Amino acid sequence: MSHDHDHAHEPVTTVPEPPAAARVRALEELLVEKGVLRRDDIHRRIDWLVSRSPADGAKLVARSWVDDEFRRRLLADAREAALEVGLDPGPSPVVVALENTESVHHMVVCTLCSCYPKALLGPPPEWYKSLPYRSRAVSDPRGVLREFGVDLEDDVEVRVVDSTADIRYLVVPRRPDGTESMSEHELAALVTRDSMIGVAVPNARA
Amino acid sequence: MTFAPGDAVRVSTRPHDGHHRTPAYLKGRVGTIHRLHGGFRNPETRAYAGDGLPEQQLYLVRFGLDDGDCVLADVFEHWLERAT
Repeated sequence: MSHDHDHAHEPVTTVPEPPAAARVRALEELLVEKGVLRRDDIHRRIDWLVSRSPADGAKLVARSWVDDEFRRRLLADAREAALEVGLDPGPSPVVVALENTESVHHMVVCTLCSCYPKALLGPPPEWYKSLPYRSRAVSDPRGVLREFGVDLEDDVEVRVVDSTADIRYLVVPRRPDGTESMSEHELAALVTRDSMIGVAVPNARA
Repeated sequence: MTFAPGDAVRVSTRPHDGHHRTPAYLKGRVGTIHRLHGGFRNPETRAYAGDGLPEQQLYLVRFGLDDGDCVLADVFEHWLERAT
């Protein structure tokens, strides 16, 4: 298309850059300039991070639903188990898988910031980083769960896991009833991101 | 390591300037050791270009909520005191 016309185009960027973005850019420039990081490394890391998705975690959960021995290994050492299915969350931060059962329901929060098992779930959802979720998850977990549509029986113990340090927690939700005939691949499609944060439970689709 | 699963611990209330990973809502609270994660570098010096050594033991500590529910949070050993 030609640009031989008489109206003016607005510049593409009219919104001022947010302060955090400017700060990150300045930090990146400094780190590259001082030789701490190479720009390639930064881009590779970003590419890797955004290529991760809840489908990775779902693969682990589905395997654990069909293979008891694998589930034991997943709960004992999540990285070793992930390596078995061709996923590598890396040595740090350490990933720990927590199993939801008939009597225990885990949900994960990071009250200090937004720590999240990115290596197995990809980037966290916006609400996970929000102040209301981070503050209410540890003071009114059942209320928060109800708002997510999860209404647990009174005799189920809710364990809110606050990832305050070097561990990232992955919830292994319960396998839904009525899925006995489903394949591992079909089961993986039932495992949602939110169920691996512990604010949803997987449902068998008809 | 100083603590074992089941031990009662209190989170220190000592003042601390600068980066640390002990949430304010747990300071002064009594909980029980739920799990030992092992040694990790100290974020309080790592945050300021230090090496974070010596490593500190990191524990998953259980804090009771109403109705038998609980918060499980990771707390470094140097923030824990033995409670009775």
